[in-house]
Amino acid sequence: MIAALLSEASEVSPGFPLLSMLIIVPAVAAVVLSLLPASRRELIRPIAVTASAITCGLSLYLFTQFDKADPGFQFVSKHPWINNMGISWNLGVDGISLLLVVLTGILFPLALVGPREEHDQKSYMAWLLLLEAGVMGVFLSLDLFLFFVFFEVVLVPMYFLINGWGHGDRKTYSAMKFFLYTMFGSAFLLVATLALVYLHRNATGTMTFDVAELAHADFLSVTQSRWLFAAFALAFAIKVPVFPLHTWLPDAHTDAPTAGSVILAGVLLKMGTYGLIRFGIYLFPAAASWFAPTFLTLGVIGILYGALAAVVQKDLKRLVAYSSVAHLGFIVLGTFALTRQGLTGAVLQSVNHGVSTPALFLLIGWIYERRHTREISALKGLQKVAPVMAGVFTIVMLSSIGVPGLNGFAGEFIILIGTFISRPVFAIVAATGVILAALYLLWAYQRSFHGEPDEASVGMADLNLREKLVMAPLLVLIVLFGVYPKPFIDRIEPSVAELLSNTSGHREKAESPLSSGDGYVAPTGSNKPATEGSQSEDEGDHK
Amino acid sequence: MIDLVWLIPALPLAGFCLLLLVGKRIGEPIAGYLATAMTGGAFLVALGVFFDLLSRDSEKRAVTNVLFDWIKVGQLDIKAATLVDPLSITMVLFVTGIGTLIHLYAIGYMHGDARFSRFFTYLNLFVFSMLMLVLSDNFVLMFLGWEGVGTCSYLLISFWFEKDSAATAGKKAFVTNRVGDFGLMVGMFLLFNATGALTYNGVFGVANNGGLTRNTATAAALMLFLGACGKSAQLPLYVWLPDAMEGPTPVSALIHAATMVTAGVYLMMRVYPVLEVADPAVYTVIAWVGGLTALFAATIAVAQDDIKRVLAYSTISQLGYMFLAIGMHANAAAAFHMITHAFFKALMFLGAGSVIHGMHDEQNIKFMGNLRKWMPITFFTYLLGWLAISGVPPFSGFWSKDEVLLSAYEGSVGGAKVLWIIGLLTALLTAYYMSRQVFLVFFGKERFLHSTTGGIVPVHGDSHDGHHGPVTPHESPWQMTIPLMVLAVLSLIGGVMNLPFSASLERLALWLEPSVGAHEFASTGSTKLVLALIAVACGLVGMGLAYKLWLGRPLEANAGLEPPILQRAYGVDALYSNVIEKPGRKIADFVADVFDGKLIEGVVNGSGSIVKLVGGNVRKLQSGFVRNYALMIAAGMVVLLAYALVRAAA
Repeated sequence: MIAALLSEASEVSPGFPLLSMLIIVPAVAAVVLSLLPASRRELIRPIAVTASAITCGLSLYLFTQFDKADPGFQFVSKHPWINNMGISWNLGVDGISLLLVVLTGILFPLALVGPREEHDQKSYMAWLLLLEAGVMGVFLSLDLFLFFVFFEVVLVPMYFLINGWGHGDRKTYSAMKFFLYTMFGSAFLLVATLALVYLHRNATGTMTFDVAELAHADFLSVTQSRWLFAAFALAFAIKVPVFPLHTWLPDAHTDAPTAGSVILAGVLLKMGTYGLIRFGIYLFPAAASWFAPTFLTLGVIGILYGALAAVVQKDLKRLVAYSSVAHLGFIVLGTFALTRQGLTGAVLQSVNHGVSTPALFLLIGWIYERRHTREISALKGLQKVAPVMAGVFTIVMLSSIGVPGLNGFAGEFIILIGTFISRPVFAIVAATGVILAALYLLWAYQRSFHGEPDEASVGMADLNLREKLVMAPLLVLIVLFGVYPKPFIDRIEPSVAELLSNTSGHREKAESPLSSGDGYVAPTGSNKPATEGSQSEDEGDHK
Repeated sequence: MIDLVWLIPALPLAGFCLLLLVGKRIGEPIAGYLATAMTGGAFLVALGVFFDLLSRDSEKRAVTNVLFDWIKVGQLDIKAATLVDPLSITMVLFVTGIGTLIHLYAIGYMHGDARFSRFFTYLNLFVFSMLMLVLSDNFVLMFLGWEGVGTCSYLLISFWFEKDSAATAGKKAFVTNRVGDFGLMVGMFLLFNATGALTYNGVFGVANNGGLTRNTATAAALMLFLGACGKSAQLPLYVWLPDAMEGPTPVSALIHAATMVTAGVYLMMRVYPVLEVADPAVYTVIAWVGGLTALFAATIAVAQDDIKRVLAYSTISQLGYMFLAIGMHANAAAAFHMITHAFFKALMFLGAGSVIHGMHDEQNIKFMGNLRKWMPITFFTYLLGWLAISGVPPFSGFWSKDEVLLSAYEGSVGGAKVLWIIGLLTALLTAYYMSRQVFLVFFGKERFLHSTTGGIVPVHGDSHDGHHGPVTPHESPWQMTIPLMVLAVLSLIGGVMNLPFSASLERLALWLEPSVGAHEFASTGSTKLVLALIAVACGLVGMGLAYKLWLGRPLEANAGLEPPILQRAYGVDALYSNVIEKPGRKIADFVADVFDGKLIEGVVNGSGSIVKLVGGNVRKLQSGFVRNYALMIAAGMVVLLAYALVRAAA
């Protein structure tokens, strides 16, 4: 069957169906694992690791083959699927999704081998591989229906991973909360998707789920596009999560197994930020602009709120979960600044957060494996007994705080500067978040790693070779993205610029009071989202 | 030679990487010598670059070298690039020069420490970061160095992390500095928004052409100054520096006296084109913050018993002098005092470290006395530092402090004359507290339990933490005494850099002029002489007072001189704790427990409960529902995939 697809694919689109393989390899491996007889237990791990390693290799190969000069979709693989409905197996990658695909490819093998072996390896690994297929599908789909399918598919393995392999008494509650929260949003996503498609058909006569065809949504009235955007955005805002829709996240993180937290923080949340860009701004630029102040406000609240809540958390995982709320707030902020810097920074920071936070969860997982607790008050003096772990933790912590030279800074800085040039007040308030970020992480570090080790910590093992090898690629990325982010920015920026230039005609004028009359020479690029002409059109709509 | 400027930061960076990889294996003392060699190498390269620069015409003494593109998004174009000009190379020379001496010193000081090589790893990373800070040609790379030195400061203050006080002090330093960093970031945003650039050349070019409005420049200057107040420990952000003394003493000398804390002074000198455009009130603010900090910290220093805390408050006070000069438009005077201060304060910190070392970790000066007998080299070198900071001619501190005071006397900002008097008062107090320290440590009676004779009991009963047994003070090894001697010589002759007798002798001011602007002193020779005599008199009064009080009568008689409020540093820490920390904690608790835990969760779970009520026995149904739904989706997914495969294959 696969061979058939391969030969078919090579006829339709020249070359290797790279993007399809990114989904199919882990999916097939998941099926193989679930069909594996119980007597061949020893094959489970090799199959899973090999499949995810192949996927990782393919994603890295994709990165090398990606043409950074081309802002559009590349490696497009389009096959009609349900023809009369205009649904197709339509995959493609551009600068906005490329790094998330690569990140997915890198994180899954690490999540598979990083934590100690879990019980019932077979189902555990099968669910993880199915999850990988789903996440890849989300980032690669250019067909709204296909996207919806993958968006839903991701839910299932995650639910079972939390419920089946999670920690704590509340794991069933947390798993269900995660599931229901997202399903709630998905309902809106589905309805809005269908509405969009039918409105498009009524206007043009063709039925299609192709994002690129739906993107130039001139057929929508202002009111329609705002309602549709709101429905899409709600589904994604839950996923991000945007304040005040975030309360599923701390529970899900706390009770998920380490691998679940790694994937959840690393890529699942990015489905939300990615969705906001790809299906929010791309499909409904004017509405996105109209809603921008709302999202900027919620983003800033998230930054401060998540950081404040993180300060007083007693459980390390919960603390990192709330820090994610704050970090994702920055990404939302950059996204809705609607400037070249803001959006590029948002995409870059999605990746940075997807490197640093999984690293933190892996480290906390290893502490938990050794000490069977994540309570900060129950840990003390770990640095003395586990200096390598402490050193790695320190580097990851500094990256999360946003110390320049490590990955967190570049994204955060570009976001803030991109926000400042269009919405200075939001940027200034958000920048106070950098103070709090230092506070909660350093304080948690001090309480668990500094001081004399207590009795329970004495004799705790330092990182072993496997754990060091798992951390190594993440540390390399942390330093690489900090010291030389250029290759990555170069691939993100053209697509972002394209997105903004397509949408700028629809965008409302953003105020920049501090810059007016300052002798600022407006750059020729789309540095400032000020566009004449859209003003009157939008003002008319307010009434 | 200037093309080799990249080597200056690269050498300590290489040292850091090497030590990170093999530091533990090569161990003591090679790790220390390796780190010292790297910093020393950077100093030699810097010397070469300096002479190259010196050989050029003064208007050609600004050379930019681009290494690579760092962050580039649209208009935002930040390169990893160095700017070599008189200001930056001056900073580089004293950072690497003093840095090398302190590295060498630390080999002796850290002898036997379990994390010996780790210490030098951090130290080299610090030197690298500090060099990036001063060599950068733009704000953002400077910020990398700025945060880098802050991080190293954090790592080194909490180096002995087993001690809770050290761990807390490290965190406090980092977080307090972040308040300043916020200002620095906003300052950068404002400048970028207004000029479209973040390189010094780009921003200052627009500023010099009138492209920067006064309002923007004012806002940016004040935000940058907030950053400077954090890093350079000025009111109200100085609170981290006294606690930073928890770090090993070489760290206090290098980072918290000579180099890192001057970063804020450097920043304000560097951005003077922006200050020139800003509202003149900005200069007034800088001058007053500096002057008040100088006096405020000096009044605290008079009542401290910890040898390092005296020096820490003294450092805050002296940094205040530098900002006072900047506020008076006298950048060269600020730079002059920054350099001489680096000499004599590093000297005194290292001397204090030698004393602590020799006294087996005793830090309370009330338990010392007569150490000149036991530690002659430490004593003699310390003496020179003391005379320099007290403003006794012809020591270096006299010349630089005199310039600062002169600039205040002539100053045009609001209340300049008051600030001049504040400066004089500070000079008096400085001479007093330093003399008190010198007399208590090196003169008078031995107030410690002597291990050979065993007969002398500490004056104030048991020492504070009780673990100090009898001691025999001893002189320190050569790695420690050589840096002391070199710095002592520099403290003595440092004034020749910038002598006030004629314009051509103001070498430092002339040299720095292309970077930091010119500042003419208007006073005639005789006025200058009278002012200098007044300043010297203030210093001598302070010294005489200390002599009378601390050598002329028993210690007990002076108890009234040190009211608890001064010993507790006016209780500012407690105030901050009550005003910021505790309410902040309450807010955070409210957010986490009440708002998040009860309100939002209440709504979420409440809507769940409503569904439950409506649906009746939903608890069972609901969980079954989710599982079924999940399974259905899984099954559906398989079917869809299968369908897709079949379609594709058909």
